[in-house]
Amino acid sequence: MKKCTFWALCLGSLYLLQMLLVPKYMEQSPEGALTGEYYPEAGNHDVIFIGDCEVYENFSPITLWQEYGITSHIRGSAQQMIWQSYYLLEETFQYETPEVVVFNVLSMKYDTPQSTGSQSRREAYNRMTLDTMRWSSSKWNAILASMTEEERQWEAMATYLVPILRYHDRWSQLTNEDFSYWFHRDRVSHNGYLMQTGVKPYTDAYAEPPLADYQFGENSWHYLDKMVSLCAEYGTQLVLIKAPSLSPVWWPEWEEQIAEYAGKNDLLYINMLTCQKEIGIDWSRDTYDAGLHLNVWGAEKVSRWLGKILSGQCGVPDRRDQEGLAEIWAEKVLRYESEKKETQP
Amino acid sequence: MAFASYSFLIFLAALLVVYYTVPGRVQWVFLLAGSLLFYLGSGWQNLVYMLLTATSTYAATRLMERNQRVFDRKTAKLRNRGWLLLCLGLNFGLLGVCKLRLTFEDLLLPMGISFYMFQSMGYVLDVYRGSQRAEGNPAKLLLFVSYFPQLIQGPISRFSELGPRLLASHPRNEEQISFGLQRILWGYFKKLVIADRIAPAVAALRGPEHTGLSFLVLTVFYAIQIYGDFTGGIDIAIGVSETLGIRLPENFVRPFFSKNTAEYWRRWHITLGAWMKDYIFYPVSVSAPLRKLSKAARRRWPKFGKRLPVYAASLATWCCTGIWHGVTPNFLLWGLLNCGVIVISGELTPLYEKFHSRFHLREKGWYGGFEMLRTFFLMNLIRIVDLFPDVGEYFRRLGSLFTSWYVPFSDLGLTGLDYGILFLGCMLLFAVSLLQERKGSIRELLWEHTRLRYILMFLLFLTVLLMGNYGIGYEPGNFIYNQF
Repeated sequence: MKKCTFWALCLGSLYLLQMLLVPKYMEQSPEGALTGEYYPEAGNHDVIFIGDCEVYENFSPITLWQEYGITSHIRGSAQQMIWQSYYLLEETFQYETPEVVVFNVLSMKYDTPQSTGSQSRREAYNRMTLDTMRWSSSKWNAILASMTEEERQWEAMATYLVPILRYHDRWSQLTNEDFSYWFHRDRVSHNGYLMQTGVKPYTDAYAEPPLADYQFGENSWHYLDKMVSLCAEYGTQLVLIKAPSLSPVWWPEWEEQIAEYAGKNDLLYINMLTCQKEIGIDWSRDTYDAGLHLNVWGAEKVSRWLGKILSGQCGVPDRRDQEGLAEIWAEKVLRYESEKKETQP
Repeated sequence: MAFASYSFLIFLAALLVVYYTVPGRVQWVFLLAGSLLFYLGSGWQNLVYMLLTATSTYAATRLMERNQRVFDRKTAKLRNRGWLLLCLGLNFGLLGVCKLRLTFEDLLLPMGISFYMFQSMGYVLDVYRGSQRAEGNPAKLLLFVSYFPQLIQGPISRFSELGPRLLASHPRNEEQISFGLQRILWGYFKKLVIADRIAPAVAALRGPEHTGLSFLVLTVFYAIQIYGDFTGGIDIAIGVSETLGIRLPENFVRPFFSKNTAEYWRRWHITLGAWMKDYIFYPVSVSAPLRKLSKAARRRWPKFGKRLPVYAASLATWCCTGIWHGVTPNFLLWGLLNCGVIVISGELTPLYEKFHSRFHLREKGWYGGFEMLRTFFLMNLIRIVDLFPDVGEYFRRLGSLFTSWYVPFSDLGLTGLDYGILFLGCMLLFAVSLLQERKGSIRELLWEHTRLRYILMFLLFLTVLLMGNYGIGYEPGNFIYNQF
């Protein structure tokens, strides 16, 4: 009995220590907390957005609700790779079956984990996407898919299973944030949308050197095919989009390939870069980082525009009259408006 | 598979479960399977080298035993000498080629080759001498060669001691397992908290710009690194073996408490020293040519002639020990320096004794401390030759010792926190060593105090977990002695 108590105390202390040492992503890099935000009302979303920062900073589910009564949620994370998008989508289907899934196609440009940058950079982004995902076969497969052959070893896998093995040396970098959020987390997003209220106008066009090869890689196509099959299996409509961000450059050769793929698979594909005027984006006011991402006013414009297509062309129902939902969303709207008011410059 | 890896911990846990579940009479079979699996983790090519050693060892020893049975003593001896030379030639030749390739082509040595080869050749020599019977079961011999805890960096065991322990049945013994785990933890503390933390500073101080006092600091830092690394690795090896119920010989007995060089070598890398003494020093010192030479020399210089076999055997032993570490000039120099210091110290012993008794130094408490410090710094200056394949560079640094007093502590890749952890870690190491030196095994002392033992072990575990240099972001160095 004494031994059991001792071991229980040891394991308890280790667990508490682990909770203290893992990054909280509350005040610094809040995008790292996005994947971990599972909402209690899961099961009620008609639209799920999947993708990287071009999704969680450019679309506002609150606006979609306010304007069209569309219930939506964004499963976004920083530098989300297509294989991560697939497994996040697979996991989503374990909780709910949306009418429509909207996927941002920018991540098609990264074919393999190797092509996504240095190991430390890759690891940092992988952690932000995967660490807070709930444990499931989808998470396990997402971790495996996110590593290169060389990285796919017990050494790395063990650190996802027991995060203290990864963050064991963070004790010397702990800040007030770590203690404040030791036992709880605040919500940083609005149904996956990370609000930005700053304004930094877009001034100069982004010039990127031409590529040697514009062909999307086999692995990217493989995961896009898997997404198509998965959505078909659940009877969900997959919509491909290219969000209206001006950098990284979306090359015409890429556009051709996606348009052709959408045509072949009978998918709706919307390149919002070509509809900027229609949407009404004002690059001198609607971006907080000179055209890379939109601020809240830009995101609202884009959502208003997309909502029309979702409710019209895709037939997503208006649920504003549905019993119970209105109260839940009213609370969300209140929080959204209050943050907007508090943070705008 | 490296000791400092999660894969190893998982492997060990799985092996322990299987090992203590199967009947005792077949435990050794699972131990062999585990050992081969462990070695396979370093690449199948390495396994080929080991199988070659095991096969040649088995064949040579079986043939020797057969010759002893079939032929008369003289013929058998003649034939056995042939088999012995062939086996030694093949294996040491292979080792030599591997070491030369390491030197000139920068290829890695097959993991642990120096260790398992010396262990196997010791066994061949014992069978040749008739002090050991040849093992008839090749699988049992293969287990002796490949036994995984000692495969990477020793200790180098004898078949007469280790063989029966490997093959015996080992029922689960909580005390033994607990002792083993504690020893493993202590080994990880030395390796991950101390040796790997100080490693960047050692690497930085090797740069040609670090002369003067920096060189002396390098010798001290390297002493800390190699002590933590090598003794840590040995602690893990002995601890792992202990959890399996198999006791391995000790390889270190607090060498930094030595008061002279000879004592230091009785406390540092003990099993290699014993191997060299048994298979090189003694045979050389009593060899016929040397006895003849000694006899002839005694006629002209009686004192020197009498000591000649010892000098020659010491020289041969230290040259071999140096070459065992590597076939570069610095290791030969390392051997010669050790040999020189030991021989000269031996010759000067009567003079020291006179000096000590004249000033009653032995009665003064501080003098013991002075002797330890003197031996520590002297051995540091010899040991550091390891790091300088260019012997000229070593002497250049040595010559610059008193030319500059500046040590750029802030530019050595360590933060203030690193220095703090290192200081506390070394203090803990020193305190534990002192306690062991005075009171014996701490684990045994603590065995009765269950609560205290558990708390201390948990605190040690936390220290390794939180302050160890491991995981992503670090470059976990392999154990230094893996390369030999």
